[in-house]
Amino acid sequence: MKQNSVAVVGAAETTDMGKVPGMSQIMLHADAALNALEDAGLKPSDIDGIATAGEWPTSIAHYLGITPTWVDGTLVGGCSFMMHVRHAAAAINEGLCETVLITHGESGRSRIGSSPYPMDTVSLAGQFEIPYGVMGPPSMFTIPVLRYLKEYDLTVEDLAMVSVIQREWAAKNPRSSFKDPLTVDDVLGSSMIAWPFTKLMCCLVTDGGGAIILTSAERAKDFPQKPVYVLGTGESVETPMISQMEDFCSSRAFKVSGAKAFEEAGISHDDVDHLMIYDAFAHLPLYGLEDLGFCKPGEAAAFIRERNTAPGGKLPMNTNGGGLSYMHSGMYGMYALQESIRQMRGTAAAQIEGAKISVSHGVGGMFGASGTVIFTNEA
Amino acid sequence: MAKMKRMLPTPTPETQHFWDGARDGELLLQRCDDCSDAYFPPRPFCPKCGSRKVSVFKASGKGFLLSYVINTRPQPISETPYAIAVVELEEGPRMMTNIVECEQTPEALPLDMKLEVTFEQQNDDITLPLFKPAGA
Repeated sequence: MKQNSVAVVGAAETTDMGKVPGMSQIMLHADAALNALEDAGLKPSDIDGIATAGEWPTSIAHYLGITPTWVDGTLVGGCSFMMHVRHAAAAINEGLCETVLITHGESGRSRIGSSPYPMDTVSLAGQFEIPYGVMGPPSMFTIPVLRYLKEYDLTVEDLAMVSVIQREWAAKNPRSSFKDPLTVDDVLGSSMIAWPFTKLMCCLVTDGGGAIILTSAERAKDFPQKPVYVLGTGESVETPMISQMEDFCSSRAFKVSGAKAFEEAGISHDDVDHLMIYDAFAHLPLYGLEDLGFCKPGEAAAFIRERNTAPGGKLPMNTNGGGLSYMHSGMYGMYALQESIRQMRGTAAAQIEGAKISVSHGVGGMFGASGTVIFTNEA
Repeated sequence: MAKMKRMLPTPTPETQHFWDGARDGELLLQRCDDCSDAYFPPRPFCPKCGSRKVSVFKASGKGFLLSYVINTRPQPISETPYAIAVVELEEGPRMMTNIVECEQTPEALPLDMKLEVTFEQQNDDITLPLFKPAGA
């Protein structure tokens, strides 16, 4: 895509997050969408492009009263929304639509009106993984990690430190689910989920949603909020089977998506002021820092331990507290994007002073998919 | 490992030979006749070069423990924590499995340990390939 040709003019999360038993999944989409429309000073009738994941775009368009000329239902897990931003930017540049609404909502905790989990025994994963007793992401996404730890001579303490430092960021955010300080011993002493992962190395399960509105950079100047420009984007997929990923110490989808986004943005790693790496589990920031090129292979744990990504560090990461402490409804990518946008607007709870470039990197369907969006607040 | 209710595979036309082989006590892989790469899971073409000229062959059943978790949450296949592992086969492909005839503890499951296939019948149609420590 063309750098800075498209901008975010509306962005919001649901009014409430965490436990929201009074809203079904589709209303969480709508609540976030109505908040984003208000943020942008728009009405549903002003929207002519719709993208969503978890619900059909048809359902969201009908529920909100939108008549779109462009529709994207890309659903590849939690990074679907990064891809929606990328696809929307291309669509706006191509003139397929002018104003795109991207929505997410998920009743992850209360399970009100949620999409059911399919009982799949036919797909390749259904035939060659499910029979071995995998129980969703906690016992699948985590499988490569013992190999990663051995390859780079790391320990479970290194995993625990990721959760500890993200809790420091969460403490600065009034909307975080968990704010109390943590120690490595607290993390290691929490209940065992799937060795080597304890509960505090795994993301929350909450209710919530978020929405983003994009339009051309030219039109963005006339909106009430400070425009946040899309500088570069990337996306890729690898495999729906965790057992079949090419390298247990690195994600091919991360590498392809990240490299494409940096190339499009025309920036180097030193230019990045703020970073979000989707942290469904404590190992993801380690893989992400390395596969995006911020650290050499095997060096991300030391980079985090030495407080480079912590408050006061040179590369503030997951400043909302992340999926580990802020919130995680199931497809967290939307919340990473929201925090990047807040940082670029200058409205984040833990605002990084003077930040001009933010990278938001998502993962989806275990290590199956990846999307990356690089934002800037300078036209 | 206590036998409880596992989700069992539903074979498709492209995978039926694998499950027939497992029922007969054979671990079957496929190889591309053009580029000679062995691959898994089954499909009637080479995932590397796209050739439809592929052959089924019997694997040695030997491999090593690449990585795993020990699941402790509600259990479909065991009353006690059990390892969900990935074995890397001698021929190159990797597959998910469970490790049997072995304690399900980090101490008893060092990475790179040598493994060999064993078969556990589930019903008349489905037998699952599992792995055990080599020589056990």
